[in-house]
Amino acid sequence: MSETELRVRALETILTEKGYVDPAALDALIETYETKVGPRNGARVVAKAWSDPAYRQRLLHDATAAIAELGYTGRQGEHVVAVENTPTTHNMVVCTLCSCYPWPVLGLPPVWYKSAPYRSRVVKEPRAVLAEFGVTLPQDIAIRVWDSTAEIRYLVVPMRPDGSDSLSEDQLADLVTRDSMIGTGVARSPSEITV
Amino acid sequence: MNGAHDMGGMDGFGPVLPEPNEPLFHAAWERRAFALTLAMGRPGGWNIDMSRFARENRAPVDYLSMSYYQLWLAGLEALMAERGLVTADEIAAGSPLHPRKDVPVLGAADVAPMLGRGTPTERDAPVPARFGVGDRVRARELHPRTHIRLPRYVRGRVGTVELVHGAHVFPDSHAHGGGEQPQWLYTVAFEARELWGDDADPASRVSVDAWDSYLEPA
Repeated sequence: MSETELRVRALETILTEKGYVDPAALDALIETYETKVGPRNGARVVAKAWSDPAYRQRLLHDATAAIAELGYTGRQGEHVVAVENTPTTHNMVVCTLCSCYPWPVLGLPPVWYKSAPYRSRVVKEPRAVLAEFGVTLPQDIAIRVWDSTAEIRYLVVPMRPDGSDSLSEDQLADLVTRDSMIGTGVARSPSEITV
Repeated sequence: MNGAHDMGGMDGFGPVLPEPNEPLFHAAWERRAFALTLAMGRPGGWNIDMSRFARENRAPVDYLSMSYYQLWLAGLEALMAERGLVTADEIAAGSPLHPRKDVPVLGAADVAPMLGRGTPTERDAPVPARFGVGDRVRARELHPRTHIRLPRYVRGRVGTVELVHGAHVFPDSHAHGGGEQPQWLYTVAFEARELWGDDADPASRVSVDAWDSYLEPA
């Protein structure tokens, strides 16, 4: 067992024996983020924005309220701003100072998002970082990076892919990847979805 | 503080490496450290700005050599030690040595309401906003040894106010027991060339969210 494992085990024993933590609360916290809160929530928000112009307007005007309409609220999503990709602008989100990320719609951040390479580079060379994710944008598409330095959390609304006109909201949600809502990816094409 | 956590623009960390299967936690202890940290927010009574400072306030070589949840753990231990909730001798012994403090505990039934409510930071504005959308502003040269959320890479640079978010709890005071002292919060966007020089991408812009006292008219 590693030194860290031993230390965490000791800490949990002490906290439980002192009565500072309730083991059932720990289970509930873990279960929430392992099974209930994740990027599927954000995909539903984006798919609804693609399908429903009035919802899109509400999302762009007050994302916190529009996201709450779907039942997603709270910790690390108290104040959300939705930023929409367009044919001329691609948005990317980072937290250079720590790991701020919109938990209610995307869940807990992946390791790369919290890592030194992403945090250090995306503000300085966003196109190179995008290319490492397999996305190459034409030079004339502006890249707009949002560094989450306060309690505002940013959700990228990716562009709706071509050939998706006939899809239902549920089918559209399958096209919305986690990375497309951070801005390190784009939405999947309907042809990538196996029926 | 000008610590290793303030990473924007540093070189040499190598490529961004997404993992193929991306497990949420990479070891059982990370899961426990995550849950313990969230649960201890209630008995500990600290705020998010105190938590952030507890994680970033260490020697750069330590910060950079610790994994994400090791930083969480170190931050949690520091916050608990400051309040006498759990002390270093207890962690070394692996069992309680000192009496329990009388503090509230997060019960299982409290978890969903706590997470669903979160901790909004917007407050009634004490004064009218100093800047509006489109205003040109300079990020001030601020280098306190204490907590600050203005990254080094924008200090001294001129940008444009793009969004005005209302008044929000000011982390610089909140992290150190100085109260909320809400200030207007703005999204300020900078041209990449303003930040990184003439070789930077002419079609890129980077924004930070900056409190009023981080800015001056440009």
